[in-house]
Amino acid sequence: MSRLEARFKKLKYEGKKAFIPFITAGDPNLDLTKSLVLELEKRGADAIELGVPFSDPIADGPVIQRSSQRALKEGISLLKILELVRELRQKTEIPLILMGYYNPIFKFGEAEFVKRCSQAGLDGLIVADLPPEEANDLKKEADKNGLDLIFLLTPVSSEERIKLVSASSTGFIYCVSYTGITGDERKGEQDLKELISKIRGLTSKPIGIGFGISSASSAQKAASLADAVIVGSAIVKRIEKYGDSKNLLSEVGTFAERLARATSFD
Amino acid sequence: MNYYFPDKKGHFGEFGGKFVPETVMPALHELEEAYLEAKKDKNGFQAELELYLRDYAGRPTPLYFAERLTHDLKGAKVYLKREDLAHTGAHKINNTLGQVLLATKMGKTRIIAETGAGQHGVATATAAAVLGLPCQVYMGDEDIRRQRLNVSRMKLLGAEVIPVSSGSCTLKEAINEAMRDWVTNIRSTYYVLGSVVGPHPYPMMVRDFQSVIGKETKHQILAKEKKLPGYLLACVGGGSNSLGLFYPFLEEEVELIGIEAGGLGLSTPRHGATLAKGSIGVLHGSKSYLLQDRNGQIRSTHSVAPGLDYPGVGPEHSYLKKSGRVKYYTVTDSDALEAFRWLSQIEGIIPALESAHAIAYLKRLAPGLNRDEIVIVNLSGRGDKDLEEVSKK
Repeated sequence: MSRLEARFKKLKYEGKKAFIPFITAGDPNLDLTKSLVLELEKRGADAIELGVPFSDPIADGPVIQRSSQRALKEGISLLKILELVRELRQKTEIPLILMGYYNPIFKFGEAEFVKRCSQAGLDGLIVADLPPEEANDLKKEADKNGLDLIFLLTPVSSEERIKLVSASSTGFIYCVSYTGITGDERKGEQDLKELISKIRGLTSKPIGIGFGISSASSAQKAASLADAVIVGSAIVKRIEKYGDSKNLLSEVGTFAERLARATSFD
Repeated sequence: MNYYFPDKKGHFGEFGGKFVPETVMPALHELEEAYLEAKKDKNGFQAELELYLRDYAGRPTPLYFAERLTHDLKGAKVYLKREDLAHTGAHKINNTLGQVLLATKMGKTRIIAETGAGQHGVATATAAAVLGLPCQVYMGDEDIRRQRLNVSRMKLLGAEVIPVSSGSCTLKEAINEAMRDWVTNIRSTYYVLGSVVGPHPYPMMVRDFQSVIGKETKHQILAKEKKLPGYLLACVGGGSNSLGLFYPFLEEEVELIGIEAGGLGLSTPRHGATLAKGSIGVLHGSKSYLLQDRNGQIRSTHSVAPGLDYPGVGPEHSYLKKSGRVKYYTVTDSDALEAFRWLSQIEGIIPALESAHAIAYLKRLAPGLNRDEIVIVNLSGRGDKDLEEVSKK
């Protein structure tokens, strides 16, 4: 059983929902990313998404775009992120997921990349611009190495796509809460009930909701529908604000704790 | 016909495909269905488009025998395909009329586009005006600065120009922003991509709309010379004017040559020569050659011609390069500028800086050929937009 699967099982048994914060690896720097992961775990995170910075993040809003730029200026690469994962794995058993875009993985070489991910102790991968249709090779490698490959669904997904993604995704299924890019708080919540009940009719895999969740109340609402709540931009915004100041960990930690509490029970 | 690409999934061999966020997948499916329907609809969509191309855009554009130029080069006989004479001054209108007409059939209520040189932006704004849809165009700050004339034209045509200030502030960033807009407004909005790039079905659809250039050229040269040309020459940024010219000739015995932006030279990092210097990767929805670093981050590019200032290229060009069917060469900024002046003076035609790259290569190619050989150059656009920038050089 993968770490991610085990975590969802345990939470389900306890009647709890997963809180999954997203931070960009290397923003503001790799040392602080490591401290942030440990702090987030202490404050109630059930898994962590580590963003892999890319020069052209077309699914991301301004907050994560800026964060990626900061990380790229730090000279962050996949190799360095895998090293970070390896170091983290010596300190924590929290499920770790990489989220990024396809080109850096393709350039690295899919087979080699997946092998190294699993050696480093990574649990899952989310590739924002890789739908199942184009993911055959990566999926084959991921399956072989026990790495979860998480695909996304959105409020405009057709029946056909809901079936395809539900069947392809492992670990959990990522439901994007609105049509748009990350961190758009103006978007409000679109009705996900129908989408989620359709997925539930097809699979018992856990469902996570992400995009635009920025407060305890929106986290709570998402938690009432799904098995996991993913918060990215709202946390990254605080990392941007506090940078490498000494308050960074406590500020981000306090915010995360609020979200974790709101998420915990439906 | 043996050449039949893309396949059903939008692949040209190993290139192409649909590498997009999940939100876009249903929209691409919807677009593909609508396009294939329109393609078959000879009496409806196709007839309507043909009428617009003829009576509104001024097609067919002439195939002009450039006598003084031919004389000057003392080699092959040179013809220019005069896309600069199409409405709005470039080949871009062929594609935008097709796509905006399709948008109206699909019931979309809003048009967005990206633009580099501003020619695609102007052509989209024009098509949106004549077909009655509101239009917003994303354009990098750097391109807004160096293509002010086209910015004014777009505004006059009723479009809103949205400046993009990320990265190198050119075409790549404009496409990023247009894609983000599309993801956000996917239900109501039609995204008019300006070249043979992006996820399937765009590379196929834009090629089809632009292949009117090659079809006309074939008829025209056969009528004038009773034979096909030995060579076809065109510049390649994303690659729509070149593919539009080449496509109907892919299975003929004609040498096809694409010219990329050499910028300050291939020994520097300041160029846009994707096929010459790139490696395979994924950007803006398709797998193709790319200018990228060893970590798969996309590099910034440079060309004096904004329309060639792009780190990617259409996936079909990648296929045609790898298969060897089309040869690709590069021309530097300074050679393009020289050709820009030369063509203006010798033929009284001011070419776009993009097209001037093809003209510069012609100066290398034609003198070594026999006088009974024929070379056709796609003069993809006019150069009025570039005067201000060229006068600074």
